[in-house]
Amino acid sequence: MADNNGTYLIRGAAILGAGAEDLLIRDGLIAERGTDLAGTGAADGATVIDASGLVALPGMVDVHTHLREPGREDAETVETGTRAAALGGYTAVHAMANSTPVADTAGVVEQVYSLGRDAGWVDVRPVGAVTVGLAGEQLAELGAMADSRARVRMFSDDGICVHDPVLMRRALEYVKAFDGVVAQHAQEPRLTAGAQMNEGEVSAVLGLTGWPAVAEESIIARDVLLTQHVDSRLHVCHVSTAGSVEIVRWAKERGINVTAEVTPHHLLLTDDLVRSYDPVYKVNPPLRTDADVQALRAGLADGTIDVVGTDHAPHPSEHKECEWAQAAMGMTGLETALSVVQHTMIETGLMTWADFARVTSTAAAQIGRLADQGRPLEAGEPANIILVDPAARWTVDPSKMATMGRNSPFAGRELPGKVVATFFKGHPTVLDGKLNTPYRYRAPSPAGAS
Amino acid sequence: MKHLLSTEDLSLANAVRILDTAEEMAAVGDREVKKLPALRGRTVVNLFFEDSTRTRISFEAAAKRLSADVINFAAKGSSVSKGESLKDTAQTLSAMGADAVVIRHWASGAPHRLASTDWIDAAVINAGDGTHEHPTQALLDAFTMRRHWSKLSGTGSIGEDLQGMRVVIAGDVLHSRVARSNVWLLRTLGAEVTLVAPPTLLPIGVEKWPCKVSYNLDETLERGADAVMMLRVQGERMNASFFPTTREYSRRWGFDDNRLRTLDSVGMKDTIIMHPGPMNRGLEISAAAADSPRSTVLAQVRNGVSVRMAALYLLLSGDTREPAANPKESN
Repeated sequence: MADNNGTYLIRGAAILGAGAEDLLIRDGLIAERGTDLAGTGAADGATVIDASGLVALPGMVDVHTHLREPGREDAETVETGTRAAALGGYTAVHAMANSTPVADTAGVVEQVYSLGRDAGWVDVRPVGAVTVGLAGEQLAELGAMADSRARVRMFSDDGICVHDPVLMRRALEYVKAFDGVVAQHAQEPRLTAGAQMNEGEVSAVLGLTGWPAVAEESIIARDVLLTQHVDSRLHVCHVSTAGSVEIVRWAKERGINVTAEVTPHHLLLTDDLVRSYDPVYKVNPPLRTDADVQALRAGLADGTIDVVGTDHAPHPSEHKECEWAQAAMGMTGLETALSVVQHTMIETGLMTWADFARVTSTAAAQIGRLADQGRPLEAGEPANIILVDPAARWTVDPSKMATMGRNSPFAGRELPGKVVATFFKGHPTVLDGKLNTPYRYRAPSPAGAS
Repeated sequence: MKHLLSTEDLSLANAVRILDTAEEMAAVGDREVKKLPALRGRTVVNLFFEDSTRTRISFEAAAKRLSADVINFAAKGSSVSKGESLKDTAQTLSAMGADAVVIRHWASGAPHRLASTDWIDAAVINAGDGTHEHPTQALLDAFTMRRHWSKLSGTGSIGEDLQGMRVVIAGDVLHSRVARSNVWLLRTLGAEVTLVAPPTLLPIGVEKWPCKVSYNLDETLERGADAVMMLRVQGERMNASFFPTTREYSRRWGFDDNRLRTLDSVGMKDTIIMHPGPMNRGLEISAAAADSPRSTVLAQVRNGVSVRMAALYLLLSGDTREPAANPKESN
């Protein structure tokens, strides 16, 4: 039985990468922050964690996770996916709606919400589908999902674009009633029929049907204008092209309420990898060119892109051990996101750890309207905290991950940075880089009672 | 050479070695007993995920003339849900002791997957994959061109490349594995290639290819060509707005009777007309052009057997050394 009332003294952590201080955690909150709290007596009886050389950050919040349950428990479950999340430094994830059944009713989002609470590794925030069955024809009961116990604020047909402009307009308008946001998977369907990879030099040689940048950029351009017209709030999922960054930058300059997300893999990998025809590199939107990678990094650094979202998409091995055209799209990402962002953004000098906290936690929590996440590491705040060893180096081995998916495009790569501890609501879900125990809610949810 | 997957990564020395070996194989075809014992006891599997009777029987004839045992496996089921996966099929063939797998697949990169995974240890020959490559087709085309080119220059074929030859490839480049394999191989052999197509049927990124690109067949022909290769227009392109009508396509990009007459009138008496087959007579090539003395269509089919014998022989005879750089290599 986990002890939720534990008291922990984190000693000498570099808070957001700045000077070393102590954090005292008690009753799920940060009780105190200061130098040498051990000497004050306030920390008597606390479990002491030596955090010298470690960076303390707010628990990461993923705006874009596929947990696969209900329906594809052979790919991932809420339990396995949230274990991976905790190990990756997350204290909250947004579970995308493309499960089976689709999360397009209050019943399904409450089921996912309950599964998340029963697992107890992170906050699981279900994303509601925009349209019934992701079919793009009729609005799902957005209000019912917003009012449900899951308190859905983010709505997305992710995997499929809400391409009908009238339906998109109505969705943007309707979510204003409950401060919701529409998270768009920007992909013009006619321009991407049968698309297999980025359209360009490499696709020309490989003979794989191209997914042109314009198919993403034209939808984003349309949607920011619709958002301005109806004065609503838009989130753009997994921006992947230099042109998309420019359009989002232009929209923000005009004061349009748009946020954008980039995945770790789009910050590092390019379509050159597709020359191997290894479907571990097959993803939607596809890996782009080096010029796109550089533009995405610059956009994340200057705030044009607000957040990093993993688009964690586990698949059973048979969906990847096949011909490229047959393979499923998607990559795992929860357990490598921190390292890839450190490698691409911090070690390149583009960002500080404080910036890291903004793009992986603070801004993500604001997009999802999560009041208890992405908070400052100050006394009185919820104790959602991670400790990171920035000097660690490790080689990615998918077979050792907590996710059921083995489809990591980073397999075999050496990456920096390791999550040493994750505190979720004041409880250590990860200690010494290993899973500890889940947080236990005091009143178990009835749906998950066993 | 362990596999023959593409011409993009085929060295000049290996390309010339295959063509030279094919010349020796062609001599076998002229004998009364058209058979060599070279691959006796070896097993060649023709694994076809896409119908292609012409390519299959060409490989079958090639393997049989080398005395190999041939198994034809028509695995037309196309998806994991409908049937066995490529991995399971490959492991099955491996367990049966296949020495070489000749694979035709509708998915680009499928032969590459067989060769780069541990599913099967056999030599893999790409017999056409999606819209990627068809290396033995390009090799038989180059073989046909080389015979023509060396006959004009009065030298023998052996050891020669295609330095200075002007080759026009016209038609649906976007969806053509034949065009891709030819562009890379002809570049390696030193020929000058010009692609001619409607802009809709050229891939984005073609400007980086080692060739010229034109939208105008007449202007390209006027500048001079030693070989003109017409690509087949697939039926499914006709209703997908790649071009307005087949008649307009034929007028602008087909090798019709007028263009055949132009070759004669401007004195290009030695220009050959090639087609990988099967032809759409009256669409990309007129009947008169296809049947003219310039046409090498049947020679290409004949040479296909020799080239495929050479590929099977070189991959299975155990000689996997890289040959010394070709003495004629000039770049």
